[in-house]
Amino acid sequence: MVWKKTKWPVYHLFVGLLAIVMVYPVIWLLVSSFKKSSTIFTTSTSLIPHPWVWENYKLGWSGASDISFGHYIYNSLEIVIISTIGAVLSSAFIAFGFARLKFVGRGVWFGIMMVTLMLPHDVVLVPQYILFSKLHWLGSIKPIVVPQFFGIPFFIFLMVQFIRSIPRELDEAATIDGVGKFGLFFRIIIPLIVPSLATAAIFSFYWRWEDLMGPLLYLNKPSSYTVSLGLKMFLDSEGLSNWGAMFAMSIVSLLPVLLVFFLFQKYIVEGISTSGLK
Amino acid sequence: MKLSLKNNLIGYTFIAPFVIGFLIFTLYPAISSLYFSFTDYDLLTTPQWSGADNFTSMFQDKRYVHSLKVTLIYVFIGVPLRLIFALFVAMILNTATKAVGIYRTVYYLPSIIGGSVAVSIMWRNVFGDNGIVNGLITALGFEPIRFFGNPSAALFMLISLSVWQFGSSMLIFLAGLKNIPSELYEASSVDGAGFFRRFFSITIPMLTPIILFNLVMQLISAFMTFVPAYIISKGEGGPLDGTLLYSLYLFKQAFVYFDMGFASAMAWIMLIIVGLLTAVVFATSRLWVHYESEGGR
Repeated sequence: MVWKKTKWPVYHLFVGLLAIVMVYPVIWLLVSSFKKSSTIFTTSTSLIPHPWVWENYKLGWSGASDISFGHYIYNSLEIVIISTIGAVLSSAFIAFGFARLKFVGRGVWFGIMMVTLMLPHDVVLVPQYILFSKLHWLGSIKPIVVPQFFGIPFFIFLMVQFIRSIPRELDEAATIDGVGKFGLFFRIIIPLIVPSLATAAIFSFYWRWEDLMGPLLYLNKPSSYTVSLGLKMFLDSEGLSNWGAMFAMSIVSLLPVLLVFFLFQKYIVEGISTSGLK
Repeated sequence: MKLSLKNNLIGYTFIAPFVIGFLIFTLYPAISSLYFSFTDYDLLTTPQWSGADNFTSMFQDKRYVHSLKVTLIYVFIGVPLRLIFALFVAMILNTATKAVGIYRTVYYLPSIIGGSVAVSIMWRNVFGDNGIVNGLITALGFEPIRFFGNPSAALFMLISLSVWQFGSSMLIFLAGLKNIPSELYEASSVDGAGFFRRFFSITIPMLTPIILFNLVMQLISAFMTFVPAYIISKGEGGPLDGTLLYSLYLFKQAFVYFDMGFASAMAWIMLIIVGLLTAVVFATSRLWVHYESEGGR
């Protein structure tokens, strides 16, 4: 679409206004977290807190049930870090197999992987829960993190596509030099696919950080709750109407997400436009 | 070509994590889910074979039928709106100006924070009885609207939340738009084609593979929407089951009422519906998806 120079002010006015509408709810949340709980809704149209209140953050940080919000963050980070390491490494390993090795049944297994990619998770929700309960894994983070070590179809697909774009001559040269398949994977391919590893790591971080269903099903002690469950507890005790604290911790829960977004924007945008994640 | 045992061994070593994970965490659960769907199972006692009871009682369960209806409305209104909006914004952002990077970031932001509990809490309060939207409505002299007091308005709030998060589809459209050769537009401009003519005879046909991709992905994920419905209605799917999305009702059947058989049957019906919809989309795609490599249709 070509815009004539004279239309630029109109363009920026329109696109800018729409952008403001888009982020307005987030700004409102941010501003409200600095308002006194009792005035949040009476002054809901004002974007300037009066007075500015920091207590919401102190109050929210002390948590909803004697457990500090920092504890929830620690729990979330533990799950996110273990999951992400597992998901990225296993997916890369599997992707190399699909992209570069020839073996009987490769096409069939690749097809199965593409089908699991589209399989609604609800189908396996109940039996997985039963499986984990039989393994006595309920109440631990195992049901959430262990499956991550068996490859995530989305990431495998993403990395297969990426590896296929790497010239095969590199493999051949390395093979002639006597490098085996494992050496080829660890020494040649891994360093070359860092961008797709980064994309997968970022999305793994987002998905685990935001995950509600996993923690809801498998974590039954408040001391092991994640950020998502911690926020949900605020919501459950909403009757006590500590809006400010809940909004403040909502903002805190979004900070890591926003930080990762602004730091790795380039990877994220490329990762999405080539693969359709998120 | 004959593959040596060694090659097969190495190949399977690399894909072993997937094969093992698939068997344990997908195939085995899927088969047991199919078995459970024909049983009466409350987790504590052994499953009792009940034939097709779950399936017949499902369609006599008014709440089930209602949740299916609510979900179909959510999907059939939400997904097209989201895609239209995504395409519209992608088109306005497909220009060369420095500010576009900032705009793209801003428009994508809601999607990046999308699945979180915080956003659902925010939406609940932005549109709450005393929220900012009602603040504006009353400031303009109208009666406040109880968005979450009315079943269809509450469902519309969930739809609007999903439309607000159009960012990932937008980025995919944007990448697609960049791949359309500008010569096509120039040639048609010379021929005197106007904006709409160019939109419908160049942009849309060239984007059809991407529209197909977005449509399938969004369809599947919309069907599984859980967090916003769960958080906004505090796990109840209210008011009057207005936001009782399929996943939420499945979750309640399984983990609130402990009717694992019924929940499994629900899961299989969902799989069939999603499978059928996807199949219909793919089957009809031959009529409307344009692949350049085939030299037109």
